[in-house]
Amino acid sequence: MTGYALRRILGAIPTLFVIVTLAFFMMRAAPGGPFDSERRLPPEVERNIKAAYDLDKPLVQQYFLYLGKLAHGDLGPSYKNKDFTVVQLIATGLPVSMRLGLSAMTIALLLGSFLGVMAALRQNQWQDYSVMGVAMLGITIPTFVTAPLLTLVFGIYGVTLFGHDLSLPVGGWNGGALANMILPVTVLALPQIAIVSRLMRGAMVEVLRANYIRTARAKGLSARRIVMRHALRAAVLPLVSYLGPALAAILTGSLIVEQIFGLPGIGRYFIQGALNRDYTLVLGVVICYATLVILLNLLADILYGVLDPKVRQA
Amino acid sequence: MSALLEIAGLNVHFALPDGDVHAVKDASLTINPGECLGVVGESGSGKSQLFLAAFGLLAANGRASGSVKYRGEEILGASPKRLNSLRGSAVTMIFQDPLTSLTPHMKVGQQITEALMLHRHVERAEAESRAREMLEYVRIPESTRRLGQYPHELSGGMRQRVMIAMATITGPDLIIADEPTTALDVTVQAQILEILRNLKDEKHTAIAMVSHDMGVIAGIADRVQVMARGEIVESGSADDIFYAPRHAYTRMLLDAIPKADEAPAPVTEIGAPLLTVDELKVSFPIKNGLFAPAQTLRAVDGISFTLHQGETLGVVGESGCGKSTLARAVLQLLPKTGGHVVWLGRDLDAQTQSDIRKLRQDFQIVFQDPLASLDPRMPIGVSIAEPLKALEPGLSRETVRQRVRAMMERVGLEPGWINRYPHELSGGQNQRVGLARAMIVGPRMLVCDEAVSALDVSIQAQIVALIRDLQAQTGLALIFISHDLSVVRRLSHRVMVLYLGRVVESAPSAALYADPRHPYTRALLSAVPTPDPRIERAKTRLLLTGDLPSPLDPRAQLTFLKSRLGEPGYRPKLEQVAPGHFVAEHE
Repeated sequence: MTGYALRRILGAIPTLFVIVTLAFFMMRAAPGGPFDSERRLPPEVERNIKAAYDLDKPLVQQYFLYLGKLAHGDLGPSYKNKDFTVVQLIATGLPVSMRLGLSAMTIALLLGSFLGVMAALRQNQWQDYSVMGVAMLGITIPTFVTAPLLTLVFGIYGVTLFGHDLSLPVGGWNGGALANMILPVTVLALPQIAIVSRLMRGAMVEVLRANYIRTARAKGLSARRIVMRHALRAAVLPLVSYLGPALAAILTGSLIVEQIFGLPGIGRYFIQGALNRDYTLVLGVVICYATLVILLNLLADILYGVLDPKVRQA
Repeated sequence: MSALLEIAGLNVHFALPDGDVHAVKDASLTINPGECLGVVGESGSGKSQLFLAAFGLLAANGRASGSVKYRGEEILGASPKRLNSLRGSAVTMIFQDPLTSLTPHMKVGQQITEALMLHRHVERAEAESRAREMLEYVRIPESTRRLGQYPHELSGGMRQRVMIAMATITGPDLIIADEPTTALDVTVQAQILEILRNLKDEKHTAIAMVSHDMGVIAGIADRVQVMARGEIVESGSADDIFYAPRHAYTRMLLDAIPKADEAPAPVTEIGAPLLTVDELKVSFPIKNGLFAPAQTLRAVDGISFTLHQGETLGVVGESGCGKSTLARAVLQLLPKTGGHVVWLGRDLDAQTQSDIRKLRQDFQIVFQDPLASLDPRMPIGVSIAEPLKALEPGLSRETVRQRVRAMMERVGLEPGWINRYPHELSGGQNQRVGLARAMIVGPRMLVCDEAVSALDVSIQAQIVALIRDLQAQTGLALIFISHDLSVVRRLSHRVMVLYLGRVVESAPSAALYADPRHPYTRALLSAVPTPDPRIERAKTRLLLTGDLPSPLDPRAQLTFLKSRLGEPGYRPKLEQVAPGHFVAEHE
């Protein structure tokens, strides 16, 4: 297993290399540069600045200079946030984004699987139809609609229930206070809860038809024990394969959510960086995202092996 | 003696999208303590659903009515709690296809001990030691190691023994065995049946043996019930059913079983052989991880034979003996590693790919699973026409259509079904499609790879008769591959017995069945259940012990020649013991 993980991590290096290369040249192909602004700088000043950042050298040379620094873990200075390096910016933004993303993912997996299993056990009854109907809504309504709607209800109008004020702050991080996290995490998790519950229901319905479930019933096991011991592990397999794409979806979702709720995560740096042609910042965030996705896919594959003894052997 | 299980007027309905299906019609039966009731019938006769319904195990769309009494207590419609206390404790089940019937992600040990811990409230350590005893009882060696393995790590026979261990560990009064030996090799089947007989004799467990195989039933049942289309059409003692069947369906089932005197007439004119296979070898490299050196699996390890026009060569052997690999290598569907295949005097090695493609018109193949080997999205007419279009490209659309219709008629298919899809036909009809597809190009040799193994006996008999007719009409040469020795006997002029990629015995059909010389052939023949209770009861069985040795083991060939075990590369030589009767060296 360790050998397998090691091989996979080594195999990720070329992938990462391709991603860096593509991002580097695509970014440069976009018109404009980091120092184009409404007020034009005097030509000699601009030349000096460019020289300071090596931007006057041929593109290919710049690429190799970047790779060289990257190999030492140096993502370069940010062109716009002049007092910070990209590494520093990511180091402040990533914990915020990770906390947001992981909370959303945990909630989506737990709640989604629970709803999915419940729907499968009550197949074609009202519980099933209502979970699946709501799930369909969750998938179709985009994040940028749910976010303002929830903001409106819980932030602007305010909700009072049994005399308790359930209003929530609609923006800001506030050091990661629970109240500030509820809305963004909910918005991020909703579509994932929907997808996970649908996946889980499908897999569970399939597994419950398997011959070995009949064997388990013939042994006189209770319905609860059959689900927990015999069915669940086989039924979560499709979910595990979905972990990678789910993370990607949550990352792209967080770009929007961080923007809407004004959270200091890396998603916000990514958008700012892209708009300002802050080359190093964008590349740094891309590398960060790519590494996360690759790692999570690896984790999913390892988990798959743990859950399915047949895969483990192969 | 009061009955253990009494089923009276049981009806089972299934609600399907296109209407209600009445799967079991007014079935009644009793099982007394310690006796074995055989329930025989073909697929779709409702024999499995009858018992599933009795113990509340129907699928969600099924409904049962009537009366089921266990020791006098009505259990049909009893609470899940009451049923759960019965199931797995007093009444246990063994299912067909042990691979899919065991939970894939749970260790064998956990699955065996589960019911014991639940129903008998036994501690884990105690349960595990009981499980080890059980595994030894069903003759699985190295029980401690086996308990820690997963189902996919065991052989088919071993998995079924695990199922039996699981079903016996709580000491039930009644075991319902639903086709317990159907997918297994005959020698393994014989071992499993022996274990079940022991259970009955030593532990006085009652057994309901559900099977389509009259031979299996004959060997174990005290009483027999015959089911057809959901109804019990005849019931009586085993002797009554086998020696004095009254219902037409029972007689038909018994008649469909291949008999000894049905061997085909010998081939009259023998000219030059159509096909000569000389020392054919096929091996596959097996990789065991990244750094381990690749091992060589010798699937076919030096097989020679000739085949004449109008002749049938039967190839028998158990799973893993290389019979399908042999067929594929002869037909140039797999690359061979050594030897020669000569077709009408032309060595196929010397032919180019496009020459071989043209030669395919001469040799065709029919596969085992008729439904799986047809494209599910193609109407059968298109499937049948495809080889014709590929091999005779100049034909007009109308000619192709006429030839397809003519071929369909010839294999007993309604020509009007030309636009039907495989899923709309039965297994037997699909196998007729497979035959039509192979025969439409007018081949001179046909390979049937387990072509009738998946079919019910009555359908099997029809397809075998059809193959014989086609052979009589066209002088087709046949290579008929099967694990079923009685079907092979019905068709073959010569029979070749394979063991781990080599021929252990090869003889004219009559000689092989009357006078088998090699111990493996003898064990194989003795393992085949005879549909005759008196013969079965009197039979002394030559049981092979344990599993087939691994074909990766270079000494596996020497299982029957122990004195040469010191020379791992040694291959037993074939010796002629009578004209045309060859036997591999053995002790």
